[in-house]
Amino acid sequence: MKPRYLLCLPLLLLLAMGALLGGCRSEPLPFRLTNISGHMPDLDFKLTDDNGKAVTGAEYRGKVVLLYFGYTHCPDVCPLTLAQLHVVMQRLGPLADDARILFVSVDPARDTPAVMHAYVNAFDKRAVGLVGSARAVEALSKRYRSAFTREPGDADGNYEVSHSSAIYIFDREGKARLLATPSASQDDLVHDLHLLLDTGATP
Amino acid sequence: MKTTRLPFRHAGLLLAGLLLAGGVQATAAEHVRASHAWIRVLPGNLPAGAYVTLHNDSAQPVALTGASSAAYAEVMLHHSSTAGGMSRMSMVDTLTVPAHGEAVLAPAGYHLMLMKPKTPVKPGDTVPLTLKFSDGSTLATDFAARPANAVDAGEPHAAH
Repeated sequence: MKPRYLLCLPLLLLLAMGALLGGCRSEPLPFRLTNISGHMPDLDFKLTDDNGKAVTGAEYRGKVVLLYFGYTHCPDVCPLTLAQLHVVMQRLGPLADDARILFVSVDPARDTPAVMHAYVNAFDKRAVGLVGSARAVEALSKRYRSAFTREPGDADGNYEVSHSSAIYIFDREGKARLLATPSASQDDLVHDLHLLLDTGATP
Repeated sequence: MKTTRLPFRHAGLLLAGLLLAGGVQATAAEHVRASHAWIRVLPGNLPAGAYVTLHNDSAQPVALTGASSAAYAEVMLHHSSTAGGMSRMSMVDTLTVPAHGEAVLAPAGYHLMLMKPKTPVKPGDTVPLTLKFSDGSTLATDFAARPANAVDAGEPHAAH
């Protein structure tokens, strides 16, 4: 009896905290994508952007951020996801200027800032390529329970990287709010990004 | 009557046999029609994905085994899959185009991975690829080079 009671205690505490937090909040936004508000840590990293500048998560406060892990030697799914996000940004119109697509490379050996710069700009001018040491990238991916593995290479040194396909969406305060998959409908992405971009706009 | 018709019957059989034998080499490609052929061009020397829809009008399934192109040093038949929230690519040996059916090579599924462009390929270019089938037959197909942020073949009559 006693051990079971002890196991339940943290759960009860969590529930109580949730109720309290919920009580403080105004109406929750009617999101269509998976709502991860309060379940994932705030946007935070130390990486290098595609202009070679050292950046942290704080750099993007005030912007709605779409975080996606991938690599440039991925000819199919990564470009499709970025192309679809570009269409979503186009549909948002001028509002999209307050949003950023952060494309984090999980292939630091091949993806230099210069390669990333050409790559992200081929998709959307509001896309930023981020690179970092294997350790820094791993830290960021672990933070969001994302994963990637490098597959064995061939004789030419070509190799593939398996990676998490999720798109993590953060609000202007850098709080994790939504999780989308590459197969999410563009309508849902546009809808939910509207909600995030319409709120807390910097005057 | 019987004796006079026999040689003709044999000739007919022989002809049919020759047609079949000759057909084995060319049949697959002859029965396949390609449409919506396009390439997503990425900057620099990055590998690009090529997509196409293959229609097979014969009563036999046909197997695509790969492709080659003068514009790229290497072409591989690949399949992307997403399982458990992870995306990965794998090489595949063949893609079957069912009898009286079609096989679609499209983003996030089957594609031809084009590696090491010999000369830069730009959006707007037309890139000839030679599709290869398991019987050794080939089908020359023109692929439209499209920008990185294209989502499909972008043909005005692409409504299917």
